[in-house]
Order: sequence, then C-alpha cells, then structure tokens
Amino acid sequence: MKKIIYILMLLPVFTIAQSQLEGVVFENGNSKTPLAGANVHWANTKVGTVTNFDGEFTVPYKQEYSQLVISYVGFKTDTITVKNLNRIEHSLKATSDLEEVNISSRKAATSKSYLQSQNIITVNSDELLKAACCNLSESFETNPSIDVNFADAVTGTRQIKMLGLTSPYLLIATENIPSIRGASQAFGLSFIPGTWVESIQITKGAGSVVNGFESIAGQINAELVKPTTDDKLFVNLYGASNTRLELNTHFNTKVSDKWDTGIYLHGNTHQKKHDVNHDGFLDMPLYKQFNVMNRWQYTNPEKGFVSFINLKYLTDEKQAGELDFNQDTDKLTTNNWGSEIDTERYEVSAKLGYVNPEIPWQSLGVQAAFSGHKQDSYFGLNLYNIEHNSLYSNLVYNSIISDSRHKIKTGISYTHDSYNELVNSTNFNRVENSVGGFFEYNYDSLDKLNLTAGLRVDHHNLLGTFVTPRLHMRYTAWEKGVFRASVGRGKRSANIFAENQKLFSTSRVINIQNNNGEIYGLDPEIAWNYGVSFLQGFRLFGQKGDITLDYYITNFENQIVVDYENPQEVNFYNLNGDSYANSFQIEVNYEPFNQFNMRLAYKNYDVKTQYNSGKLEKPLTPKHRFFANASYETEVKNNSKWKFDATYNWLGEQRYSSTLNNPIAYQLPEYSPALSTLNAQITKVFSPRFEVYLGAENILNTRQDNPIVSANDPFGSSFDTTFVYGPIFGANYYTGLRFKIK
Amino acid sequence: MKKILTVVIVMFLSFTAFAQNKNARASLDVDGVCMMCKKRIEKASLNTKGVKSAIWNVETHELKLIFDERKTNINTIAENIADVGHDNKKLKATDEAYNSVHPCCKYRDEDVQDDHKE
Repeated sequence: MKKIIYILMLLPVFTIAQSQLEGVVFENGNSKTPLAGANVHWANTKVGTVTNFDGEFTVPYKQEYSQLVISYVGFKTDTITVKNLNRIEHSLKATSDLEEVNISSRKAATSKSYLQSQNIITVNSDELLKAACCNLSESFETNPSIDVNFADAVTGTRQIKMLGLTSPYLLIATENIPSIRGASQAFGLSFIPGTWVESIQITKGAGSVVNGFESIAGQINAELVKPTTDDKLFVNLYGASNTRLELNTHFNTKVSDKWDTGIYLHGNTHQKKHDVNHDGFLDMPLYKQFNVMNRWQYTNPEKGFVSFINLKYLTDEKQAGELDFNQDTDKLTTNNWGSEIDTERYEVSAKLGYVNPEIPWQSLGVQAAFSGHKQDSYFGLNLYNIEHNSLYSNLVYNSIISDSRHKIKTGISYTHDSYNELVNSTNFNRVENSVGGFFEYNYDSLDKLNLTAGLRVDHHNLLGTFVTPRLHMRYTAWEKGVFRASVGRGKRSANIFAENQKLFSTSRVINIQNNNGEIYGLDPEIAWNYGVSFLQGFRLFGQKGDITLDYYITNFENQIVVDYENPQEVNFYNLNGDSYANSFQIEVNYEPFNQFNMRLAYKNYDVKTQYNSGKLEKPLTPKHRFFANASYETEVKNNSKWKFDATYNWLGEQRYSSTLNNPIAYQLPEYSPALSTLNAQITKVFSPRFEVYLGAENILNTRQDNPIVSANDPFGSSFDTTFVYGPIFGANYYTGLRFKIK
Repeated sequence: MKKILTVVIVMFLSFTAFAQNKNARASLDVDGVCMMCKKRIEKASLNTKGVKSAIWNVETHELKLIFDERKTNINTIAENIADVGHDNKKLKATDEAYNSVHPCCKYRDEDVQDDHKE
C-alpha cells in the first residue's frame, strides 16, 4: 500500500520532468492480444523502446517528434502521427495471414565449445534420438569419442570406453551427482532410460575438481529432462525383431506457480530365447526392467532459488545361460549352466541452488544424494551378492575475485559408501568415508585465453589424505582455431568384483595377490592424465565444418591389474611397472549441403600394461577404429518431415588374452578378426506431436560365431564367455513411435 | 556505552554503505554492432579498476554494470569505453579511437549497420 502511495506521489514529478508518451500495442484480431517485444521509436531519431509483456510502452516525447514507428517481425510496420500526449492504442497487422513464418536457426545435435577451457562435447536430445533406444549405454552409438561394446557373451551388458579405458575410470554423473559407481558400475548405464536424458556432456581428460577425485580418463554427465521444460505427456513405444519391448511415459504438471512435478515411467522386457549361433546358449538374456522417477522442481526467480528433488526406484531381473536352463531346478547345480541377476535400487537426491538476485555472480549450491543398491546374482556355480549404500553431499560456492574475469568455485564434500559383498563363500565388507574441500579458479580474458585451475584435498579412511590437482587451458590462436591442454590426477578404490562381473561367467579361479592393501588387500589406483587438442572451424564451399585432433595420455602410478592371461585363472594385483593408455583421435564434421551432416573419425589406441607375464596390449581393445555417420533431414512441409541417419563402424583386430594353457580345441588365435557394423534409422515426423521411427542395428549382420569358449562343456575348466569382440545376435530391426503433448 | 557505540558504528557503516555502494548497479547505452564490439566494450569496462561485472547487449546496446563506487564511477567507465572507440550516452569517442576498431565494427557507418541486420 505504501509503495503505491509513493508511486502515485512520484508520478506527477516524472511527467513534469520529462514528457512521456504511453500506449499499448495489440495484435490485430478479434481478441485484443497484447504484443510484447514490439519496437516503438520516433522516426529519424534513436529514441525508442520495446513493449513490455502486456504490450505497453512509454517513450520520451519532445515537441519536435511527430512520427511514431511501430514495428514487429512478422507484422506490417506502421507509422502514426502523434500530436499530443494522449494514450495510444494501436493494432499491428500480420504481414501475411496465410501461414506463420518461423525463422529459426537449426541447433546442432552435437556441439563443441570454442570458449570453454575443458574439452567438452555436448550431445543434445536430437542426437540421442538418432539411436532410437533406449538407455544411456546405447546412446553413444553416434559418438566416436566413446566406444560401446559387449562385456561378455552372457549378460548382454554393454561396456563403454573412453581414451582406451573402461567405465570405472570415467566419472559418470547424473546432473553432476556421481551416479554410476560402486555396485552399479557394471549395469548402471542400462539403468538410465534414454528418454529421461535431456543432454549429455562428455569431458575428455581430467575433469573439474568440483565433482570429486575419482575421474581419470574423463567425465560423462547426463542432464535429465526437467518438469518445467519437458512435454506434458510423452509416450515412446519401441518394439524390435528380437522381441524386445519398451515403453516410456512422462507426465509433467504444474502444481503451483513455483512448483512443477513429473512422473517418469519406463518398462523394458525381452522374453524370447534366441540362439542364432547354435551354441546352446541364449544370445541375450531374458529380462524385465521397471524404472520410475518422480521429479519435483521449484523455481523462484525473484528470490533466486531453484531446487530439484528426485525419487527413483528400479528393479531389474535378468536370466541368461543355456537354453535348457530352468531356474527352479538348475540354480547352482551342474544340470545346466545358467545365471540370474536381480537388482533393486532406489535413489533420493535433492539440489538447491541460490543465486543472489542483487549480485548475480554469487551463488550457492547444495547437492545431496542417497542411494541403496542391492544385487543378488549367480553365474553357473559362482555366487555374487552386493549391497551398496551411498551418501553423497556437496556444497559449492561461486563468486568472483575483483571482477567477472576471475571466477572462483569453492566448497566441501562428504561421501559415505558402505559395501557388503559376498563372493561365493567369502564376505567382503568395507566402509569408505571421505571428506574433502576444493577450490577452483577460472580466468577468462574475454578473448584468447581461458584457464581453469583446481585443487582439492580429501581425507579418505582407506585412501588416506591426498591432493588432486587439475588444470585446463584454452587458447584461441586465430579465428575458430582453438588449442586446449589439460592435466590432472585421479585416485580411486577399485571395486574389483563389481567392475569385473564378467569373470564370474567363466571357470576361472579367482586369485587376489594380497599385499595387505586397504581394499581387498590391494592398493588404490592412481593415474595422471595429460591431454592436448586442437579444434578448427572452417567453411568449405560456403558450408560449415570443423576438424578436431586430440591426443591423451593416461599414466598409471598404480593400477589394479586384472590379469586374464592364464585361461584357468583371473588374477588381481598391484601394478608392477608400466601401464598407460594413449589415445589419438581425428574427427571431421561437415555439412556438404543444407540439412545433410557428416561426421568422420579415426581413432588410434595404444594401451599397454605390465602383466606378470610381460608387457602386453590390453585385451579386446582395437588399435584402430574408423567411424562414419551421416544424417539428413528434409525441409518441414505441413509440419512434417523425414529424418535419415546411418552410422558405420570399423574396428581393427583385437588381442585375445592368452589361451595357451587350454586344450588345443579351446585355444583362440592371438587376435580377433576386424569387423564392421552398420546401423540406420528413418524417422517420419508427422507433426510436432507424433512421429514414427524404423531402424536397424547391425544391418551387415556381422556376428561373432563362437563367443563362448567350451560352450559344450560349461562346467569344464576352459569355459569362458569373456572373449567377445563383436555382436553375437546379428541384425536386429526395430520400430517405434513417439507421441507428445506440449 | 558499548551498546550505543555499536549502534553508532553500525549506523555509520550502513550509512557509508548506502552512500558508497560496493555493488552499485548502473546501465549505460553504448554504441556497437557485433560480438567483437561486445568483447571490446566489456573488456574496457572490466579493465576499469572497481568494475565487477559488465554485460553488453548487442540488440539493445545496453551495458549493465556492477561496480564498486568507492573505486570508480560511471564517468570513468564511460571514458574508458570511449577510449577503445565506442560512443556512449556520456561520451563520444574521438575519431582517432573510433578508427582503431576493426573495419567490420565501424558502427557509425550505415553500411556496416546494415550488414549486421539479418
């Protein structure tokens, strides 16, 4: 009330001080819809303004002004003569009533920043739709930086690799909260449905210290869809020729002007037994997965608060093994070889962000997440159960030093992990606690140089007290020519069983070469990562493109070597000697003509480890990889369009770990053959609401014929399902639809 | 006595804080045409001791500033912006300064202005 009085008192003062012309602009039509953002200015002057949300404007007036120009894109520009200060009401006519003209620049599906100090590739939802399906592990198929391959011939698990290192060396986070770690390491990527993902950020090399000390080769962050921006209703139905069925539905609703909520449901099932290579084993497991998430989003722009609360629950059941395996009668017997993996997981996470509305560079963020993970499983005669409860919390404060070119981030974090593992008859329990503080400084010259230097100090009950430094730099040497460099250290405790669950689907004897370390008798893993990259944007024949070269080196100070070199054993021991992963990649993106995009990449890996039996190339890691992706979209006509996408992959030969100790019948050559695969997809968009897709994975029907060694004698000493270098099932066709209401 | 002293000190402090705002906000119209201009304008602002944040909008030509009033004032900032060749509401750049900007940034030239419209 007081305020209104002040305003009333002040109003006449203003009108006296300077003459103002007031008015309102409408869209021409029956209903008087106000036109926000229309330009209003005095002809032949620079005096002007823009209408507000209600179409209203106030513009300074002088006697010599007479012609007022009102304009808005898509509307006819009008000039009106003004003689006095009477309020103006004016309607603008649309330039054409035939069809709405939408001018929009197309957003790139994958983008690389020319400005950030880190080497970050952002994959947005358009790119994710190129591979129709289904969960996070399958969404990297159109990205050459990440390799996806099957972990073994039984569980159907896909494993990802970056810079030649498998996922345990990557920090995988959901909305910047580390999410796939510990017990969920092996299957976690398949626990995040693809339609829940809004975008993915892939950081190569040492990441930021803000997210912890664990990342070594890189970080992958999946940003989930938000209740405020996602569709009100979204349905995705998917069916494949291998009889895999999936259903995704999202419901989002506004609860109040500050609260939004969404319920996301995902179901995934495969119930038919396939054996295309006639080895008596299922080519892929039978499974059922059910996933539900409830998200709450709170936004209060006036006070500067944003908050997310997530509740997630998942159950996943897999059954694999011989065709004749019957879980009721054959479990843990030698009747038939079979395996069951049952997982139950829940997560609660909350984020609160505060940006000072007065001082926009000051912000405070709190993240907290709690998860409970329980896996009960057996593989033939091997029993493996794991329970992992985890608490993560992080407090981040952002500010500047002197001015906005010098930004700082600082904060503290606390994590707690308790593991309860049963491997056959041995119990492995451990509790890990760590508390740490971090400080990150970013300098942006607003020009050529951008530098991020971070340091964190952590105290961990098993890893001790240690320092994690990370440094990133970007230098723009010339237009669109960007050099980057990074260096950083990572440290982690290896979850030797959870990360290497494929070893259970073998007859190998498990040996841990104990040296009285803190974790399974082993020492923590420590590595340094160094990287350089160069990005050059260019124009060729008037069309845009870019080329990226990068080279990364990971050097292990200590590693838990997982030694498969004796086919009757798997050995875990601390590294004694050298272990490194060098990776070189060249990638070219080019749009030869409008709406047609091409991506070509070549990758070279040199990954070697000192095993007890000698310094050897890492098994099942191709030295050479060639990648090509092409996509084309037709112009939009009557709201509809076609989208085409194809991805070709060529993988060079991969080394098999030694099988010399096996009987001759079960020996494998030194290297696997090279292979190539082709995936393609066509999408018909009927309207912004409805689209249908049809696709094929592995059209060339590439198959590894004998993925299981000693499949005919699964309880014999040579049985092994880990020698997988390529697809097992062959070609798979799928179709699906997406329906959404905004 | 102590209490009174505290009250006086607090009052004095808040008074000075009011008079000399550490995070004063101001907005200034600065002429320019492109992202290169943006970099130059923002850099010139931030190079003025005391300026904490400077964000220039290509479309509205509005430069939003946050600065420490004890260290600088809007006229000094405007001067520094004019020195790198950008006209603003307070000060017109000298021809010499204006001529130092990149040819594609010659915002006074109508052809250049047109080039930056769609």
